[in-house]
Amino acid sequence: MVTEENVKEWLDEVKDPEIPVLSLIDLGVITKIDIHESLVKVAMTPTFVGCPAIDYMKNDIVEVLQKHGVKEVEVDVNFEQSWNSNKITQKGRKALKEFGLAPPPKHVLIVDLDILEHVQCPNCNSTNTELKSPFGPTACRSIHHCFDCKETFEQFKPL
Amino acid sequence: MTNTEALKELIYKMADDQLILGHRNSEWTGFGPLLEEDIAFSSMAQDKVGQSYALYQILNDLGEGDPDTVAFMRNADQFHNSQLVELPNGEYDFSLVRHFLFDTAEAIRFQMLTNCSHEPLAQLANKIKGELRYHTMHADIWIKQLGRATEESVSKLQDSLDRLIPYAIGVFEPSPMEDQIIEDKIFEGEGKLRQQWEEAILVVKSKTPLNLPYFSLVKPV
Ligand SMILES: [Zn+2]
Repeated sequence: MVTEENVKEWLDEVKDPEIPVLSLIDLGVITKIDIHESLVKVAMTPTFVGCPAIDYMKNDIVEVLQKHGVKEVEVDVNFEQSWNSNKITQKGRKALKEFGLAPPPKHVLIVDLDILEHVQCPNCNSTNTELKSPFGPTACRSIHHCFDCKETFEQFKPL
Repeated sequence: MTNTEALKELIYKMADDQLILGHRNSEWTGFGPLLEEDIAFSSMAQDKVGQSYALYQILNDLGEGDPDTVAFMRNADQFHNSQLVELPNGEYDFSLVRHFLFDTAEAIRFQMLTNCSHEPLAQLANKIKGELRYHTMHADIWIKQLGRATEESVSKLQDSLDRLIPYAIGVFEPSPMEDQIIEDKIFEGEGKLRQQWEEAILVVKSKTPLNLPYFSLVKPV
């Protein structure tokens, strides 16, 4: 009998195609797992509404669960419990930093965008940094510059 | 009980505006005046097209066609978008001012829609309003910077503002079912949105020497 814990463990193998160090569990996009005998229903919610990676993630979920012997998989994408960047796990935050992407600061519901001004540099930990652009190479990233190590870096945007 | 026709009418208008402006924004890909601006307009294009897709998906759940078919297979006269979003991109100042006027309205619209009586739309609005904060932040930064930089930048923004304000006010054209929309608590109405939009535009404008017309005297396009 498959348990919710099994499914979570397996879904930890499915990575965000744009940030391959982050699993869907780390990212916090899996909102519900329902198991009815041989059928596993997974509900997920996108990080950004226009995230082009959603279809890939859906396919990867089906593939990975089938590989572990689940006969039938249904993936439903909805906004019932909408995603925000606080849902990224501690493990996920660590993985982001090691990947060279500044993790999003935790915030209290409404994001005060001033927190984008002095983001901690993932290379040297300095906060002597500035926002270059609120838009980066993917919908979920912003671009910053560090005055101490002189590197330009990206941040996973708080939302 | 929500009036489905009135709800659909409102969603079509919003989705079509997002889709068309998303496409206009995407025309800056590869042509932005700075690499950062190229990326910004491309990212906003991706957000807008994605948000329109999610809105067409709600329409689909209400019995309308499949999102891709609805987005790409209709004739021009079946679109419900405002003229503001259709206008060719022009120069950067023109696209920037349009982005500022439109996204300021959208951010307030989706904030208001978080109270929508149709739960899926309220949930989506809650999500979209967070993303739009980055769009309005981007617009506000550039309007404040270029709106007080050089004589040339100020006069270019002023020309675009003068040309675009009547179109921007056209965005708030009430739906043929506006009364129903308000009565069914789908949306508080274009009038209320317009009022809040005027206030928000004035706040940013006040940081620059730019001039705005008396909104009440403008004839909407
Ligand atoms: Zn640094």
